[in-house]
Amino acid sequence: MSLTITLATTRRILAQLRRDHRTLGLLILVPSLLMVLLRYVLDAPGAFDRFGPVLMGVFPFVVMFVVTSVGTLRERTSGTLERLMTTPLGKLDLLLGYALAFGVTALVQAAVVGTIALTWLGLDLRGPTWTLFLMTLLDGWLGMALGLFASAFARTEFQAVQFMPAFALPQLLLAGLFVPREQMSVGLRWASDVMPLTYAVDAMQQLTRHADITGTLVRDAVVIASCMLLALVLGAATLRRRTA
Amino acid sequence: MANHAVEADGLRVVRGGREVVRGLTFTVPQGAVVGLLGPSGCGKTTLMRAVVGVQIVAGGTVSVLGHPAGDRALRRRVAYATQNAAVYADLSVRENLRYFASVLGAPRGDADRVISEVGLGGEHDRLVSGLSGGQRGRVSLAIALLGEPELLVLDEPTVGLDPVLRGELWELFHDLAGRGVTLLVSSHVMDEASRCERLLLMREGELLADDTPEGLRASTGTADLEGAFLRVIQGRDQGQEAGA
Repeated sequence: MSLTITLATTRRILAQLRRDHRTLGLLILVPSLLMVLLRYVLDAPGAFDRFGPVLMGVFPFVVMFVVTSVGTLRERTSGTLERLMTTPLGKLDLLLGYALAFGVTALVQAAVVGTIALTWLGLDLRGPTWTLFLMTLLDGWLGMALGLFASAFARTEFQAVQFMPAFALPQLLLAGLFVPREQMSVGLRWASDVMPLTYAVDAMQQLTRHADITGTLVRDAVVIASCMLLALVLGAATLRRRTA
Repeated sequence: MANHAVEADGLRVVRGGREVVRGLTFTVPQGAVVGLLGPSGCGKTTLMRAVVGVQIVAGGTVSVLGHPAGDRALRRRVAYATQNAAVYADLSVRENLRYFASVLGAPRGDADRVISEVGLGGEHDRLVSGLSGGQRGRVSLAIALLGEPELLVLDEPTVGLDPVLRGELWELFHDLAGRGVTLLVSSHVMDEASRCERLLLMREGELLADDTPEGLRASTGTADLEGAFLRVIQGRDQGQEAGA
């Protein structure tokens, strides 16, 4: 593990993103517009306060999942990954390089969307604002780690993009957004319990209801961080120095 | 042995249930330019991948500069340029080289040095995606020249280049060899074979000849290498028929 290589990798990934103005625009604009849309669709008092933060947690997850799975797939198919694997670069350097670059991206996205939501759209958040950003960052990293893992199973970019709904939509359905988890059948409830996004949604709901940092919020953050680490370890196992 | 950069003994590689490298034994002398020749699909690339240590091998050994191929100690000492340019298309020429220079721990000025060595002096700030195929290949080659590699493994480095540029690159290869660098260069162009000090001729996963260009011409009694190769292949086919 080398700090120089990790930071060089972060700089390289950010330079690639910066070059791609359209992707960058989509990363920032789409969540902002969706937030505005949500605000006016949910025109009942308090409804936006309940769902707005949840959406803020789901954006970075979904976006980082797609960006990472397509990004690492490109590294695999263009031969740059194989080339990197013949250099002193360690797997951890690559993973941390990605994590830092996408962490920065997730924070910029959250800053823009959060500012719009908290000022113009009048989102009323009970919990401290920094916890909103912390959870956003964790959700972004979770998406990144799962995206990295998923990219190992995709041969083409078409497939990689399709993995996003496959990974994200079942989790969203089971997260208690549409139907409260208490009302789900036992099997679905169990499935819901093991889905990391359930905890991301729950954490955001905690922030909208409680002014202080609750034990549940801490538990949610720990669960998300653990899932992220697990996915990262699984993803790292798919980066091979030797291939067939 | 210290005077061999590469020593392969009974190397076998199986891909997709097919034996694509069939028990090859050969050496590459240090400080030599060795050509690896043979038709497309004969196993040249697989052999090179085994030398670099990114190929899962089924049997035999490859040792490179006194270490097993792919050893950690070789990651700065062996450089590899794949047939398809393994570069970041969405970065500029200079950004690509700066990134790999950081990964390899090469001095900062190295990026500019290798860019001019491959004749891309005026293209520093151009995006790789906007370059021609031949130019991209040269960016990929430039990356392999970063730092001070002792063994360069180059897969078809001169494909699609005009004769002048090809001549210049071969001069560069001989300059490097003069400084003690070993080069293993694959090609299917016969006039390039005559520029090598030794030739390895491959066909269908087997080594048909391992000789100097002069030795090959003499033993086959032909004036040109194209004819010599034909003679070797015919001789082998006849031998197989007689044996069967």
